[in-house]
Amino acid sequence: MKLELRGITKKFGALVANDHINLTVEAGEIHALLGENGAGKSTLMNVLYGLYRAEEGEILLDDVVQHFAGPGDAMAAGIGMVHQHFMLIPVFTVAENVMLGHEDTKTGGRLDLAAARTHVREISDRFGFDVDPDALVEDLPVGVQQRVEIIKAVSRDAKVLVFDEPTAVLTPQETDELMAIMRQLKEAGTSIVFITHKLREVRAVADRITVIRLGAVVGEASPTATNVELATMMVGRAVDLTVDKAPAVPGDAALVVKNLSVLDAHGQVLVNNVSFEVHKGEILAIAGVQGNGQTELTEALMGLQPRVSGEITLDGKSLRGHSVRQVLEAGVGFVPEDRTEDGLVGEFTIAENLMLDRSNDEPFVKRWNVQRALLAKFAVEKVKEFDVRSQGIETPVGRLSGGNQQKVVLARELSRDLRLFVAAQPTRGLDVGSIEFVHERIVATRDAGTPVVVISTELDEVAALADRIMVMYRGRIVGIVPGDTPRAVLGLMMAGEAPAGEGAAA
Amino acid sequence: MSTVAPVVQPAQPTTPEGPDFEFVKSWKVTIALSIFTVLGFLLLVVFGRDGTSTMRLSTSSDLIQLPDVELPTRVTGIVITVLLLLITGVSVWLVRAKAKAPIWLIAVYAVLVLIGFLAWAAADKSIPVPGLLFGSLSLAVPLIFGALGGVISERVGVVNIAIEGQLLAGAFTSAMVASLTHQPLLGLLAAMLAGVLVSMVLAAFAIKYFVDQVIVGVVLNVLVIGLTGFLYSQVMAPNAALLNQPPRFERINIPLLSEIPIIGPVFFRQTLIVYIMYVAVAVVFYGIFHTKWGLRLRSVGEHPQAADTVGINVASTRFWNVSIAGAIVGLGGAYFTLGSVGAFGKEMTAGAGFIALAAVIFGRWDPIRATLAALLFGFASNLQNVLSIIGSPVPSEFMLMLPYLVTIFAVAGLVGQSRGPAASGKPYIKS
Repeated sequence: MKLELRGITKKFGALVANDHINLTVEAGEIHALLGENGAGKSTLMNVLYGLYRAEEGEILLDDVVQHFAGPGDAMAAGIGMVHQHFMLIPVFTVAENVMLGHEDTKTGGRLDLAAARTHVREISDRFGFDVDPDALVEDLPVGVQQRVEIIKAVSRDAKVLVFDEPTAVLTPQETDELMAIMRQLKEAGTSIVFITHKLREVRAVADRITVIRLGAVVGEASPTATNVELATMMVGRAVDLTVDKAPAVPGDAALVVKNLSVLDAHGQVLVNNVSFEVHKGEILAIAGVQGNGQTELTEALMGLQPRVSGEITLDGKSLRGHSVRQVLEAGVGFVPEDRTEDGLVGEFTIAENLMLDRSNDEPFVKRWNVQRALLAKFAVEKVKEFDVRSQGIETPVGRLSGGNQQKVVLARELSRDLRLFVAAQPTRGLDVGSIEFVHERIVATRDAGTPVVVISTELDEVAALADRIMVMYRGRIVGIVPGDTPRAVLGLMMAGEAPAGEGAAA
Repeated sequence: MSTVAPVVQPAQPTTPEGPDFEFVKSWKVTIALSIFTVLGFLLLVVFGRDGTSTMRLSTSSDLIQLPDVELPTRVTGIVITVLLLLITGVSVWLVRAKAKAPIWLIAVYAVLVLIGFLAWAAADKSIPVPGLLFGSLSLAVPLIFGALGGVISERVGVVNIAIEGQLLAGAFTSAMVASLTHQPLLGLLAAMLAGVLVSMVLAAFAIKYFVDQVIVGVVLNVLVIGLTGFLYSQVMAPNAALLNQPPRFERINIPLLSEIPIIGPVFFRQTLIVYIMYVAVAVVFYGIFHTKWGLRLRSVGEHPQAADTVGINVASTRFWNVSIAGAIVGLGGAYFTLGSVGAFGKEMTAGAGFIALAAVIFGRWDPIRATLAALLFGFASNLQNVLSIIGSPVPSEFMLMLPYLVTIFAVAGLVGQSRGPAASGKPYIKS
């Protein structure tokens, strides 16, 4: 089916998320929509899917103008979507999730689960998936959940299938498999819109590429274009995709973790007997697919996890069993993975956020009074140093863009005397400009002799920053390898395969 | 590029299937059992009473007459205490052996505590067991209707604090309509309508205007208490003969079933409302877990956005299901006036709506379990009635606390970490 979007305009208040966007997807082609985070790709697809109503423009399927009042209409017209945040009900089985919204019933209104199961099996066989229709979705790994989303879309005879950032949660191997599935769907005549900001994937699978920047189409590119060309189009200026970084000059071991395990309330082992060291003046990157214990490991370092066993020492002093406050006072700087949830108070001003973890004593608090003048001076200085673009230090942090919010977090953490710096997903959801800035600061911190731990699910980031890479899988360390380890090896490690002989010995 | 000597971990064997589990020792159950065993020892042995406790198992109208059970009070107390001690010991051993105490063990323990307490309280007296159970069911009926409404409402994602108000509105309306028309069935319909109206106010504010659901619910309760109180004293009480003398439903004995010993008189010599309740429990259970209606209802309460993306209208699903819940709760209200008491009284529901809410949570948002929880609370209330009638040595003020103590212990202690519908209480705001 041929999909055509004409002059789609969508505004949120004063913000124009989509500005007269035109897009044509031919039947049986994979059309990549490339753009930075916040460029308006997802908004456009939500308009297509009937979740948002556009102010202007029209949607045509096979040259017929469509009017979608909601996702139900869009689905009926043959549009399917694999959402970035899966639209699956965790406590339902696969079959229930697939049948939801177009249920078959038997007499007495009884759900025909048998038919739904057969349907799921049929589609999984067609694509070579191994999905148990009776498994609860919450028990499935994310990669399989995504397949359930695909089954869901295919079971409704989707002729146009939108994949919204589908590779964010996948291992490199799973990503390759997904691409094979996309090609298979294309062979069957399905038109595919592939939304992403990862250049490598676009070039691997797309037939055509449309680049979006700041809510408007900036042009088309062919899959043969180089990374630099695509990145330049996407960002609007020449970008340096590599991080300038001198070889590390590591000193003594600073952070020593021995036999660390973390349990959750139900006794599930989230981090399993982990031991590693981080030296002064080096960056250890912890790689792995989301949900393999990295989050819990960092939380254990910070004193945020209640059930921790093993040893954590920093410069010879134990950190385990201490409160978060004591950990911070020991000189640990922390960038949490979800800045809006854990890193900042959105309603507070930039200045207030800059003193959030220093609200107990001098210099910012004297005799229970916040030293406003001193704080203001400090904030102005840091805003300048970290290039936080805002109306002023009294702006609530919640109104800043993601990149500027992250700079506030960095400014706060890096302005203390650090003995260890832990950054979890430091560039998640940031634009390319901010990513460059954050990476520079992290490398500068390392060069100042501070041990740095970076947790990232993005292989590109890991490769750019790491002096050594530690890969985690199901709570265990698969291996610790040098920073220049090839992606293919890292990919296998992220799937749980220990590095082969020469990878390990490098 | 790096001068760091790489540290390579010896690759640990990775298990391909399932996450690893380690048993987290929990002494909660054991501690609770120990406390109750000590209390049991104090009551049954230290303060043990002499005499014989009689349990009457049949009523005079039964076809099959069972003999009375006579227990020597002190010996029973000692035997029960020993058994309680044994079970506590088993639970200690289980925790040591890294296993969980099975639920049946706790149930056996609870039954033992109950028998011990009954025998102790009834020294040289007799307890009518069918009467005790019959009264328990009667007191549980409004709780069960309330809990069913609560389950539907929370499963679809709207917290229903207003059960109390819906019960009271149902009780008032049914009394008035049935008195005026002399038709108890019309009273029943009117009660459902009243419940729906209260629900619709809740639904409109919660779903359309995103007002905090707990606050709307609390305000609705206060509103209905005030409104019915005002109408009662200004309109109903002065014209009681005309407006507050509803005809009551007659008891219907189901042939055969009503002659089963103990169970028959309790369950099958009831009024129409109670029989409707049996059907309602079954229908709600079947509906929620086995029909399209239930699947959609649950999906909206768990992940409204996912439901929206498959074309389910979240707002209207929530609105109509909350309304249905109101109709069911309204039936429970009608039971106060048309089934048990026989006339409306100011604030006659006396917190039953909140106990029903506790039953919803204790029953883990499952209609059958919530019904069982409501029966437990009904039993606790009626135990207090029966013991004060036969004259128990426990002060009546203390016995009045019993149903609420059971509620608190049940919800806080036994439920633990139960998981409700994920989106319950959260408005669905589309951008």
